Amino acid sequence: MLNIVVCVKAVPDSSMTAKLKIDPITKSLPRLDIPLVINPLDSHALEAALQLKKKYSAHITILCMGPPPAGNIVRECLALGADKGILLTDPAFAGADAFATAYTLAKAIEKNGPVDVVFCGMASSDGATEWVGPEIATFLNMPVVTMVREIVEDQGDEWIVKADYDHGHRKVKLKLPAVITVTRNLNQPRTLSFSGILKARSKEITVWDREKLDILAERVGLKGSPTYVTEMANLENRRKVEILEGSLQEKVERLVQILSDAGVV
Amino acid sequence: MEEKSAPVFVVAEQGEGEIRSVSLQLVGKARQLADDLGSKVGVVLLGQNLTKVAQELVEAGADLVFKGDSDLLVPYQAELYSEMIVNIMVEHCPDILLIGSTFMGRELAPLIAAKLETGLAAHCIDLVINNEGILEQKIPAYGGKITIVCPEKRPQMATVANGVFPNPVLDIARSGEIIPIDVPKEFPLRVQTLEIVKEKSEGISLETASVIVAGGAGAGDHDGWHQIAELADLLNAGFGSTRPAVDAGWTELETMIGQSGKMVNPEIYIGVGLSGELQHMVGVVAAKIMIAINNDAKAPVFEQVDYGVVEDCRVFVPALVNKLKNNKAEARRAAHVN
Repeated sequence: MLNIVVCVKAVPDSSMTAKLKIDPITKSLPRLDIPLVINPLDSHALEAALQLKKKYSAHITILCMGPPPAGNIVRECLALGADKGILLTDPAFAGADAFATAYTLAKAIEKNGPVDVVFCGMASSDGATEWVGPEIATFLNMPVVTMVREIVEDQGDEWIVKADYDHGHRKVKLKLPAVITVTRNLNQPRTLSFSGILKARSKEITVWDREKLDILAERVGLKGSPTYVTEMANLENRRKVEILEGSLQEKVERLVQILSDAGVV
Repeated sequence: MEEKSAPVFVVAEQGEGEIRSVSLQLVGKARQLADDLGSKVGVVLLGQNLTKVAQELVEAGADLVFKGDSDLLVPYQAELYSEMIVNIMVEHCPDILLIGSTFMGRELAPLIAAKLETGLAAHCIDLVINNEGILEQKIPAYGGKITIVCPEKRPQMATVANGVFPNPVLDIARSGEIIPIDVPKEFPLRVQTLEIVKEKSEGISLETASVIVAGGAGAGDHDGWHQIAELADLLNAGFGSTRPAVDAGWTELETMIGQSGKMVNPEIYIGVGLSGELQHMVGVVAAKIMIAINNDAKAPVFEQVDYGVVEDCRVFVPALVNKLKNNKAEARRAAHVN
């Protein structure tokens, strides 16, 4: 049986974070209650696992580090067909950068038991780093392929995958156990079904904190993070900004004039 | 020159004996940082047939080029590359390590950072040494930019996209040391790149286009998107996109402009149906003239451009396309008459 771990992150809903702006006076983000959703790329990671489960016998564990409300995201993954959900939550985990996050997730994967494949989204929509997957692989001493767009061969313990590469792709052979980070082109994630939601109701979510994971306090959260944010600043705007006036046709003509003055038309 | 501090390193990337522009740009930046710190610039260069490329890196500002030249290094193999780079880092303990945000760099950088147990800032748009000699790494976020530091662990690592820093002026009189390094034979590869396949040559390359039209979510649907494509076509422009347009399935990830996409440098940029999110806008700030078309007068894009058109792009773009076509037809008739 294939043991699969899917790492998911609960991120603020991006349709609402787009409106978040650094306060020019306090130089910090205004605190708003933005609902958490599954990091969109991670839903492609889960879909990859679910498709493998349909083909072969597989057991899917969802691993999520986040505040207690992130448990809802884990439950959503269970409703989609995952078998086990683990939420890593502890105030000590707060402020983790990619390094500390990957370290904590790797420790949890070890604690969870044997694993053949770890799937991650290739990036998170909020932090926008792409480091967690490959760093997990390094901590677990596993190989990794990033930005996988197609799984060509998934029988046995030698897989062949295609991953995005400069103006094309690279074809890669990898030996399991391995970490795979996925792009949105890999698959089309399924949507929740009512029966799935009902089934997930009875599934337990395992909750682990730092002590359960047996990690030193200086290896997690802000303390365990080599990097941190020191400053937030607004970008200064140097452009003059002329909003074109008049009717639609007048605006069209003015814009054509601007393009013509610039030598484009 | 006496060295006051640990060197600044760059992982350079080349393909078929041609250096990637981002690598030269990073060596130029590393030169500047090393001069600020009073240290040297080291470059790791892996691949095959590297004599010319190694010399170019010296001309761009490198003092030391560690050259692994072997057929074992083609194509790129993540485990072998990261192992070799980590070994050099352990030996030379650099203060800073810069890597291009290419597909290779984005995979290698975290493998190296995790091995060295250090921090890694993603896709920086500026790098500055502060008063304490710490590297301030600027990345865009939430309508501004945030500063990331890695004060204790070394090297301070950052990835940077092509086009963020200027191409350095090559100085053919510069001298530097080129140091061949051993390539491990019989290295067991658990991940093996079998082949690298080029799929398509892009139409007009975004990196070199003098006019760029970029479309966003405001296109509404495939029809709206095709209207913007037609405008780009008429203007002989590169056609770029934002994340939401890629997510909507109207275009490929390759066309995305911004922090996690391409950084571009056109004379003229026209943003159509996009709100002006910083993740996108950082990719186009270098444009000489910026124009935005959007139906929402309050969209942040109108604070970041030279000319703004507050109109629904699905109405305005066809009108503009029409006008441009008519002008072209008239010009042709005029030429005919004369």
